[in-house]
Amino acid sequence: MSKTGIGASVLRKEDARYLHGRGRFVGDIQMPGLQDVAFLRSPAAHARIHNIRIPETCASAIFRAEDLAGVKPIRAVSAIPGFKVSDYPALATGKVRFVGEPIVMAVARSRALAEDLVQQVAVEFEQLPPLTDALAARQPGAALVHDHWADNVFMTTAINGNIDDLAKTAPVVVTREYRMNRQNMAPLEGKAVLAYWDDRADQLVVYTSTQSPHMIRAGLSEFLGLDQRQIRVIAPDVGGAFGYKVILQPEELCVAWLALKRRHPVRWIEDRRENLTAGANTRQHHYRVTAYADERGRLLGLDAEITVDIGAYSVWPFTAGLEGAMAGGNLPGPYRLEAYRCKTYSVATNKPPFVPYRGVARPGVCFAIELTIDAVARAVGREPAELRIENLVPPEAMPFTNIAGKKFDSGDYPNSVRLAMQHIDLAGVRARQTRGEPDGRLIGVGFGMYTEQTAHGTGVFAQWGTPIIPGFEQATVRLTPDGGAEVRIGCHSHGQGMETSMAQIVSEELGLTPAEVSVLHGDTALTPFSTGTYASRCIVMDGGAVTESCAVLAKRLAKIGAHLLQCRVDEVRLEGGRVKGPRGDVSMREIAHVWYRRPEQLPADVDPAGLEVTAGYKPKVDTGAFTYATHAAVVAVDPELGHVEILDYVIIEDCGVMVNPMIVDGQAYGGTTQGIGTALYEESPYDSSGQPLASTLADYLLPGATEAPSYRIHHTETPSPHTHHGVKGVGEGSAIAPPATVVNAINDALKPLGVEIAETPATPRRILAALSAAPKTGRAAA
Amino acid sequence: MKAVAFDYVVAKRLDDALSALAEGGEESRIIAGGQSLGPMLNLRLATPSLLVDIRRIVELQRVEDTGNATFIGAAVTHAAIEDGLHPISDRGILGSVARGIAYRSVRNRGTIGGSVAHADPAADWVLTLMALGASVVVKTRTSRHQADLRGFVRGAFSTALAHGEIIEGVVVPKVSAAARWGYYKSCRKPGEYADAMAAVLIDPDRRVCRIAASAVSRPPVLLEELATVLAESGAAVLERGAVADAVSRALPHLDAIEARVHAAVVGRAIRQAVAS
Repeated sequence: MSKTGIGASVLRKEDARYLHGRGRFVGDIQMPGLQDVAFLRSPAAHARIHNIRIPETCASAIFRAEDLAGVKPIRAVSAIPGFKVSDYPALATGKVRFVGEPIVMAVARSRALAEDLVQQVAVEFEQLPPLTDALAARQPGAALVHDHWADNVFMTTAINGNIDDLAKTAPVVVTREYRMNRQNMAPLEGKAVLAYWDDRADQLVVYTSTQSPHMIRAGLSEFLGLDQRQIRVIAPDVGGAFGYKVILQPEELCVAWLALKRRHPVRWIEDRRENLTAGANTRQHHYRVTAYADERGRLLGLDAEITVDIGAYSVWPFTAGLEGAMAGGNLPGPYRLEAYRCKTYSVATNKPPFVPYRGVARPGVCFAIELTIDAVARAVGREPAELRIENLVPPEAMPFTNIAGKKFDSGDYPNSVRLAMQHIDLAGVRARQTRGEPDGRLIGVGFGMYTEQTAHGTGVFAQWGTPIIPGFEQATVRLTPDGGAEVRIGCHSHGQGMETSMAQIVSEELGLTPAEVSVLHGDTALTPFSTGTYASRCIVMDGGAVTESCAVLAKRLAKIGAHLLQCRVDEVRLEGGRVKGPRGDVSMREIAHVWYRRPEQLPADVDPAGLEVTAGYKPKVDTGAFTYATHAAVVAVDPELGHVEILDYVIIEDCGVMVNPMIVDGQAYGGTTQGIGTALYEESPYDSSGQPLASTLADYLLPGATEAPSYRIHHTETPSPHTHHGVKGVGEGSAIAPPATVVNAINDALKPLGVEIAETPATPRRILAALSAAPKTGRAAA
Repeated sequence: MKAVAFDYVVAKRLDDALSALAEGGEESRIIAGGQSLGPMLNLRLATPSLLVDIRRIVELQRVEDTGNATFIGAAVTHAAIEDGLHPISDRGILGSVARGIAYRSVRNRGTIGGSVAHADPAADWVLTLMALGASVVVKTRTSRHQADLRGFVRGAFSTALAHGEIIEGVVVPKVSAAARWGYYKSCRKPGEYADAMAAVLIDPDRRVCRIAASAVSRPPVLLEELATVLAESGAAVLERGAVADAVSRALPHLDAIEARVHAAVVGRAIRQAVAS
């Protein structure tokens, strides 16, 4: 390891500009003639539009669906059999299907003036029955979100293991119902898009706050009917994304169309209310789970039904099918099962479209399986952590294909739980519980274990049938004339620190320091194609491509270096940024100088491709590198007020080889805090008429500094056998376990009172409601 | 969202502010710290034609000893009270309450007069001032009068303040050196609006015992019978469900869980006061 290569906690290159407020986000961009867009959004959850009245005086600045000539509705079709197609119009057409759906776009010199215009528009609606509950919407005879469908089910999936025999013979049967309620993802920066027509380049230039500029270009091209070469998408600094910004938004399409029409720059900056009510909705799952086990709590089989509340439309490119398919495929988690049956329903309702969020489906399935494990442990009277250890896939079984076909590449899962037991001091917590608390609070300890399939590639996405399937990833590494390096990657970094970690990979491979390496990303004109930043894939895919490019470049440097040193190529090695031979060495700067400015000194048979390399990569086995972790928490529950305080939180994480351990810790802090939001605070409730009840941050609670405990993180490093340097993805994982971990801890605390929480967030009100319904004789429920 | 266009006047003197309000008509409004009005403007829940900014009026920033009470100017910020910039004979009650209002950045701008005028049922000052027996000084162009806070706050977000009137400040009776007090609120996060809160003042030297409880969708109430029992029997009031009974009598509109939380919060505030 070099001092700044793989494994070094190098300070992040990007932080200076962020911490000094010098980042450049879409909202920071000023251009002559720039105008602002505002949308009139539906006040009704489900209604037919009869008439849109626009005053004559402002007709040229206000646009309805029929004005958007050439714009097609966003159509995201999953190849999963039976998938029903929804057209997600850029502006509502005929019907509105959720509160907040854009109906009319207005443009003016400022946002305030555009909002004044919006207020001039009157819409006549015919109210239709709102569908606010996926379980009800799934039933035959329910009103239809999409009139031409036979029912409201986007699709179903089924894994049909033989569970019927177990149902007759298993000694222990535990049945539970769980809810992960709808929530939002709340990046600091909301969605933002600015577009204009560039006559010189003959291009529509779209600055947008996205994770995936190349995919957004593909989407804009498809739904605007413009060639991809005529679109340039630039993602400047992006203030958090979490999955929300991997999706093509109708507002992006509207603003792009307006720029085509008006040619001058126009922009839309999402405000917090739009983000909370109309945009970044996610997570809403319902589970019915029956687990079969033996008397010791050894899991035998699992029978589940999962209902995902998709909202009104299928989002592009990940579709309404991804969440349900992933939920069904991931529910068994890291456990060995003999039989598994699971049916999933992805249901249309009158809510904003479901968008994949950090962890995608797995926070829900982890919540369901991990609460079930604890319920089985209570039923057989054993320590839940020990039950986990006995049921996990053991290290000697690796690599292991689980009952849902997931190919675990490596890891010692039981050891992860054992370490968590030690670090949380399980024995100490149990002793404390028997003593009781002077303030009357109830102490509980909970565990949450997961695997996270990361950087899964072609075959996996082909199975999910998404419109865009990731293949090979390319990266460009160019030695500059003064011996530094420029790296170009097609994914986007918006908090992951890739400007640093990619530079560290170059440092490892070529011996330059990260300060001598610039990483460019986020511009379709400057970077190789990439499907973008999602699936915790970038360190594996783009990092792998950077490694490949560096390897090719290193050979070319060795060739020129050996010639300059007057020795054979097999006599030189690359070390510390220099090519070293038996009798001397030469720096990269000198080699670059010769290539660019003194070519007469080059060897006659030099590779004419020069000091710029674009190489491609995908792991030979691309079924995923499986990161895994165990979270453990100690909580105190106030039985009078229902408040939960997290007293201790331990994270035992294994993401393979860490490129930058400090960045990995940062991902754990951020992801776990978001997961605590899911566990205790964040919820987007809807009333029975489909009105969103959390429309400001006064109603939508986010965890802050006072809610984040002092996490204690411990790492193990099990290299992936499939990837360059043995790395595994780490971006999403930490958001998966906290809902399960925290609620298991709450349930452990409430065990003497005989009640369980089976829903997120575990609000004081839900805890008090459960306590109110507690049986009078405090005994543990089976 | 962005606010509608409005005119904006910064008043230097109270009379100027009153004149500007009168000239601005019914659609003119006062702005002080703007911590509640600001979001309402941006959400277009408030669409004034004129905002009269009273933050820089020196008369509204003064704190004065009036003998048996303290006058606190309407534009005094929560932060100024938290930091103890002005002497107030209250045994530290106001400073302690101020420290728990929202976040420091809100406290830097938010004012005590603005909080009373806004009359949010979940805000700290109305409840606290009620427990302290405070009154409000109201100034018009031609008169100045003092009103008991209890009658002044008429409902959630509703007060007796008429258009053209400005709250000049609040008058807080002094408490004796022997006074004991308790303040408890149940918030899902520090700094968020409380789901339930209670303030208790036990001041036997001045023959005062008050228990103020928040009421969710209504202004805070004084639990007078419970306070009488507290004054007579001290901590014994916490026994035999007396607090829960008093809460459910005074706040019959609460559901079972809200009533349970309110009773717990009142109980904790009493316990603090008794133990202080």
